[in-house]
This record gives sequence, C-alpha cells and structure tokens, in this order.
Amino acid sequence: MAHTENEILEGLAEIVNEETGVATEDVKLEKSFTDDLDIDSISMMTIVVNAEEKFDVRIPDEEVKNLATVGDAVKYIEGAQN
Amino acid sequence: MSASRSRVAVTGLGTVNPLGADVASTWEAALAGTSTARTLDNDWKESYGLSVDFACRLVPGALDSLSRPEAKKLDPSGQYAMVAAREAWADAGSPDVDPTRLGVVVGSGIGGIWTTLDQWDVVRERGARRVNPFTVPMLMANSSAANISMELGARAGAHTPVSACASGSEAVALGMGMIRDGRADVVVVGGTEASIHPMTIAAFANIRALSTRVDDPEHASRPYDVDRDGFVLGEGAAILVLESEEHAKARGARVYAYAAGRGMASDAHHISAPNPEGQAAAVREAVEDAGIAAQDLKHLNAHGTSTPLGDIGELRAVADALDGETDQIVVTSTKSMTGHLLGGAGALETVFSVLAAHHRTVPPTINIENLDPETPMAIANGAPAQLPDGDVAVLNNAFGFGGHDIALVVASA
Repeated sequence: MAHTENEILEGLAEIVNEETGVATEDVKLEKSFTDDLDIDSISMMTIVVNAEEKFDVRIPDEEVKNLATVGDAVKYIEGAQN
Repeated sequence: MSASRSRVAVTGLGTVNPLGADVASTWEAALAGTSTARTLDNDWKESYGLSVDFACRLVPGALDSLSRPEAKKLDPSGQYAMVAAREAWADAGSPDVDPTRLGVVVGSGIGGIWTTLDQWDVVRERGARRVNPFTVPMLMANSSAANISMELGARAGAHTPVSACASGSEAVALGMGMIRDGRADVVVVGGTEASIHPMTIAAFANIRALSTRVDDPEHASRPYDVDRDGFVLGEGAAILVLESEEHAKARGARVYAYAAGRGMASDAHHISAPNPEGQAAAVREAVEDAGIAAQDLKHLNAHGTSTPLGDIGELRAVADALDGETDQIVVTSTKSMTGHLLGGAGALETVFSVLAAHHRTVPPTINIENLDPETPMAIANGAPAQLPDGDVAVLNNAFGFGGHDIALVVASA
C-alpha cells in the first residue's frame, strides 16, 4: 500500500507540526528544513524517526544529511516504499 | 555581614506545585491549610501491587502555557521548571541585565526519570530505532538549568546541584554565591522534580520512607503528629530571581526579602539516616553568615517531612545550633500541605520563607491531631501565625539522602 506524493507531504507536514510547531501549510516541497523551517538536527532526527514509523520505511542516517528540502524527504520516502 | 559583599535581594518568585499553578494561588491555598494528597487515579496499585497509592500531584492545568512542541522537548521536571521560571522572571519585571552577568542554578534530585523509564520501555517494546532523539537532553539532570539559560539568554553560568531533597535549597545557596563572588548580578535559582512514577513510589516505599496511610491520604502528611509514619510524595518546581542589592535598587525593583545567609554541611554518616550534628552545623553557619543573632530568627520553615525520627531530630538540631534560644520561633512544615517535592522542596520552601517574611505570616502545619509531646518548639498548628513588625529573619532547612544539609536565612526587606 504505497502512499502517493501528496499523502506523504501531508503526513510529513503533520509530523513537522507535531514536533516543531511549524504550521502544516508552511511545509511545502521547496522548503529547506534548516534554512526555511528553522529545524535543528535533533528535531530533524525526531521527524525521521516518526516518518519511518508512519510510512513504514527505513531512512538510514547517512541519507538524512541529503534530505535538505521537504521535497527531498518526500521523494526519498516515496522511493523507499517500493 | 561584611561590607564588601553584595546583599542578595529576592526580586521574583514563580512556582507550579500541588497547591497552585502560580505564587498567588499557592500562597492563598497554603494560608487556607489545604491538603493536596489524593489517591492516584492510575491503576498502579492493582497493576504493580504498590503498597502506597497516593501522592500530591501538580494542580490540573498548571502547564497549559507550554506549547505542544515545547512540552515535547522537555521532561515533566523540565516543564515544571520552565513554567515556574517564566513566572518568576516576569514577576521580577523581566530585568534588563547584561547576559554575561545573568546566571542560572536549578537543581533536581533525580532529573528526567519519566523520560528515562519511558524510553527504556520504547527500546523494549518497539526497538532502539524508535527512541526519541531528544531523550538525552530531556533526561539529563541539568536539563532545566540549561533550558532556562537558553530561554533567558543567561551566559554567566548554568549550574545544577544534585543533592537529593536538598537540591532546591542548594541551588539557592549556590546562586547567592554567584552574586557574592561577583560572577553575576542576577541569578535565577530553584529546584524541580517530577517523580510520581510507580517505580519511584515502590522504591521510596521499600526504604520505608513513605506514609502508608492509604485509607486516609489527605491526612497522611502530618509532621509533628504522634502518628506520623513517613512522607507523602509531591511534585513541582519553584524558582526565585536573586539579584545583587545594587542591581535591584538601580532598576527600582521590588525586593520581597533578602537571601541573607547560607550554611552547607555534609554528614559523612549514613546514606539515608539524618544526622543532627550536620544539620546543626549548617544552621550555625547560616545564622553566622547572615550576621544575625538567634533572637532575630522568628520563624523556621522546617524540612519536617513527617517521618518518625526526622521531624523532632531536626528541631533538636536547630535548638542545639541556637543554644536553646528558640522561644521566639514559630515552626511550620508546609510539606503537610504540598507533600515532599524532593529536589523541588527546598526551593518551594524558600519561596514560602520569603513570602512569610514579606507578608509577616507563617503558613500552617496541617493534620496535627495529637501534637507529639517531644516537639521542642512552637508549631503553627492548624492556623497561620503572625510574625512581629520590624526586622525578622526566617530559617529554612533542607536535608537530602546522602547527608546533605542546607540551611538558609531569609531576612525581611
């Protein structure tokens, strides 16, 4: 049961909001986690841990540093589902 | 008191505790003699066979001011401290102070015990990968001091004394030192604890420290009563803003009272049993440090945890330290109302001591049905007591497992 890109974005936005208080509507594909959303490295790890559980995927630590934007994360999760 | 040393003013107060979610409601409930001990609504007694199933929980709604993401990054002990610190800072008028002259000293007896145990459950039940990445910053005992230093931009130093039930008072004592030593002009001090957990209750129960009055929890914390049988666990935080007198006067701050003296001793005696000699040494040092005479002390906010040996032993130690000059002193144990906040206790009781000096009123000790005839000093038994006009000094004791003895003297402004 793969999630669509939109479902992943929505789910990710909920996690980001829950963990950091950033409004869900601000979590857009082109936004940078650090520069635009002001998310620090520990918060990023909480988002990763929660996303892994929500989408039933594994995001290895060495991949996390490549997830600069929300779109990067959505794309990675989408691919990792298969 | 030496002329070269700054007097330490108390200019802000904050607390969340079983009596109230702020200082005003706490003081009102304390003067009304309110018991906060209740049977816990968790099914811990049935699930785990706890012999004690009551405690003094934080008042409902006390943490409502925290945002959800904020709360998620703080252990309950850190949440309590943050809410109390914000109240104290605002109460002090949010002083404009050079960040390098602003310090923080906030103690805790245990630290983030809920986080520690919750995340161990996560490891066992859901695997290591699911552990919250914030676990370490949440469980570390210095978490509250660190988070408050970030909140206020305090860069003169952030410290965390860990001395069991003396931690909160030790924080006040060390904060006084930061000002006297010239390291800071303003220091935010206090203590916090959130440890009403089935494991903690079981552990304190097994060392026979807790009251087992399960059929009458509201009257279980009864210092100086002949039938006292142990303390009642409480939780919460209390924070004070300490300020050099010069700094406070220069900005026209309201001064509640002065943190005038401190005494610190260690028993080197036993890991849990109190030692009157260490207690007396701390009291003697605090009185001398404050530059007052025994006769100036009009009130003692006692450690008084409602244990059979501890309560009377403490009063005898005080009498010994003051060479028997105790007729002018009214004693209270506010733990009869709040339960024992462990690392938060000394700080909350310093707040009560400051308010007593400020309002000239001693909050009552409740639940005394039959005063122990061995009680060697006068107790504010069941009703508030008035303090005289003029200069008054208040003694406040806190002792911790491990033989940590802290005595503080608060002087009226």
